[in-house]
Amino acid sequence: MTDGSTSTTSHLELEEHDKTFLDSNELIINMGPQHPATHGVLRVILKLDGEKVLGTECVIGYLHRGVEKIAENRTYAMFNPYVDRMDYVAAVSNGLGYCEAVEKLLDVKAPPRANYIRVILTELNRLASHMLWLGTHALDIGAITPLFYTFRDREEILKIFEKYCGARLTTHAFRIGGCLYETYEGFEQDVKKFLVFVAPKIDEYEELLTTNRIWVERTKGVGKISGKDCIALGVTGPVLRASGVHWDVRKAQPYAAYSDFDFEIPVGQNGDTYDRYLVRMAEMRQSLRIIRQAVEKIPEGPIMAKVPKVIKPPVGEIYHSIEAPKGELGYFIVSDGSTQPYRVRVRPPSFVNLQALDVMVRGQLVADVIAVIGTLDIVLGEVDR
Amino acid sequence: MLDYITSYLKSNTTPGQAGNQFWAFVYIILIFLGLSVAVIAMNWLERKILAHMQVRLGPMRVGPHGLLQPIADAIKLLIKEDIMPAEADKVVFWTAPVMVVITAFTVFIVVPFGPTHAVTDMNIGVLFMLGVSSLGVLAIVMAGWASNSHYPLIGALRSSAQMVSYEIAMGLAVVAAILMTSLHGIGLYGVGSGTGTGTLSMIEIVKAQQEQHAWFIFKFFPLGLIAFFIFAVAMVAETNRAPFDLPEAESELTAGFHTEYSGFRWSLFFLAEYSAMIAVSAIAVTLWLGGWLRPFPNWLTGETWDLVFSLFPGVTFLLLAVIAFVGTMRMPKHPYFRVQTLGLGGFGAVLGLIGLVLLMPPVRDRIQDIYWFSFKVAAFMYLYIWYRGTFPRYRFDQLMKVGWKVLLPMGIGVLILTAVVGVLL
Repeated sequence: MTDGSTSTTSHLELEEHDKTFLDSNELIINMGPQHPATHGVLRVILKLDGEKVLGTECVIGYLHRGVEKIAENRTYAMFNPYVDRMDYVAAVSNGLGYCEAVEKLLDVKAPPRANYIRVILTELNRLASHMLWLGTHALDIGAITPLFYTFRDREEILKIFEKYCGARLTTHAFRIGGCLYETYEGFEQDVKKFLVFVAPKIDEYEELLTTNRIWVERTKGVGKISGKDCIALGVTGPVLRASGVHWDVRKAQPYAAYSDFDFEIPVGQNGDTYDRYLVRMAEMRQSLRIIRQAVEKIPEGPIMAKVPKVIKPPVGEIYHSIEAPKGELGYFIVSDGSTQPYRVRVRPPSFVNLQALDVMVRGQLVADVIAVIGTLDIVLGEVDR
Repeated sequence: MLDYITSYLKSNTTPGQAGNQFWAFVYIILIFLGLSVAVIAMNWLERKILAHMQVRLGPMRVGPHGLLQPIADAIKLLIKEDIMPAEADKVVFWTAPVMVVITAFTVFIVVPFGPTHAVTDMNIGVLFMLGVSSLGVLAIVMAGWASNSHYPLIGALRSSAQMVSYEIAMGLAVVAAILMTSLHGIGLYGVGSGTGTGTLSMIEIVKAQQEQHAWFIFKFFPLGLIAFFIFAVAMVAETNRAPFDLPEAESELTAGFHTEYSGFRWSLFFLAEYSAMIAVSAIAVTLWLGGWLRPFPNWLTGETWDLVFSLFPGVTFLLLAVIAFVGTMRMPKHPYFRVQTLGLGGFGAVLGLIGLVLLMPPVRDRIQDIYWFSFKVAAFMYLYIWYRGTFPRYRFDQLMKVGWKVLLPMGIGVLILTAVVGVLL
């Protein structure tokens, strides 16, 4: 047997009592950075005893583009499109977080109509992100069909984005102070049509998976993490909620127009992969609920607040976080009073959630690592920035 | 010489039994060609059917409706650079794909496409098939080991563990079916009536079903059905297909034991995988689904029904021809598509011609057995594709659990019950 690459870190070294009676050399394998199931360029060094995982180590940074450093050399408005490139699956949410953070710094409030448009697009984006998660997660576990179903339906969301702002993925939909574009003619009808279209589709995904014996066996009790551990590791989003912690920034610290809507926060109990799956599925339904209310109640009025042409926030710092599809997405911005931020620090949910990987997979099997990476719903663009 | 050739046609046995080497050779060539065509067709069908299950079109570019895609793929694979890892064990690396193909094709020697349509008939036919096909495990382990790489090694280990485990359940189910062959009339095994001895010969097994007027899937209901179910699950695991495709679990092990293989050598693994699927389906069809026998032999009897069922092969091909012609009508009218339209029309014409030939009385009487056998095997092939479109993948320990804790006890139970019921009835 070949030796493979050796890890330089100490925590992969075996404890004495972990050694098997054969005291065989454990297998250290590299999963990634070019591996179909690591959702990009994540490299996981696995220490295996047969199929059992003794320890993992994530090596990240293959997609590092220095987004935070770029921010220091751009004006506030110029940096706005860059945030879309972090979590490219949920670009709208990223833009919302950044715009709101700068608005808070400027002490500007986006007009209500802008807030409603923001909510509609952000929730559509949450749906799109969850659909992509579901497809790839199911693909990792071996069910290839849901991927195509979810991509078919995600397409409808992207069409709405495209009609609204011309871009499908990295939308740059919002501007500091509101929205640049008024909704296009027939926007509301399109969204309503989409709601009617997608509700049965979500049932269709559930039909394929929720009661599927193999799916349940593959996900139940896999990658368990307690609510306490989640909080200790800073894990947020559906992963945290599936562990039974009732925390959603949309409810806890309502931003945009979320306080106007009636929706629930789905919470799981066991903190395993199956619960995380159920929580996300329920979240998709809640998103539909929010969008429906928002489309019906959308007020008339301006879509842009009064924002100076040259954005020059007063000296100070701000932390603003929103509930992105993957968890709490926070922006910490330090202003030195100039047109460029002194420092922008992003708190990406994927990056923080990825920390939980080792806790979740230790002692489980190789196949579970794949399932857990899928259920954490990471986007490497956001992990590496 | 001519007498030698025609002598076989008059005999009622397989060329192997008749000792006719000429016809045995012809059958080998026919089976080899037929199998290759079947694998090519299966490749196209799998991609098409899976695509339509997944709301996409599948191959559409090479030829009308992608009909020439498998050929394009084959050419691509053949002219691809042949890569062998520097650290690989050259000899073993080279031997493994050859061996896997040899085992996959050898089993077809005893597959009975009809009462006389087999290369030969052995008195240990089933044993031979199971034995030779499980040699494939060795080839897979060799491939994984010789690659000298982690993923192939894990894939090979998984594969061998899986195939060995499921072979036991499979074997028990097969034994239950073999027991049924001996239950002829009233009495103990081989004791009651004169012909009541059991058999392992593939042809005799089908003949036993014919004589007992029951396919073994319906025999001792539900025992036959359970045995068939066990086999049907085990055979999917045995061939490493979804939902038991762990050895090549793409999301975990990239491509499992053949990760390091490419080009022609890879295509040999591909060929072997599909012919192994056909082989185990052939066992299932022979043992439980009445082999070459036509459906409803008990209910729909008489001259008229015989005639109706003998028309099926021709009608099937005519139906395919009609589908091809409808496809031709629906092709875009743009001049760019003229070649494709003509090609599809020509393909339809060929299919129609085959259908008409098959409708001729002398041909249709001889071809019927082969048709029904292939039809049943094709149904299994469709099931394979369906599974792949529907199920997630089992985890390794769960797979072992299903094999050892579910299928094995079931198999033992069915075996014992079949024996008991056989003695009591």
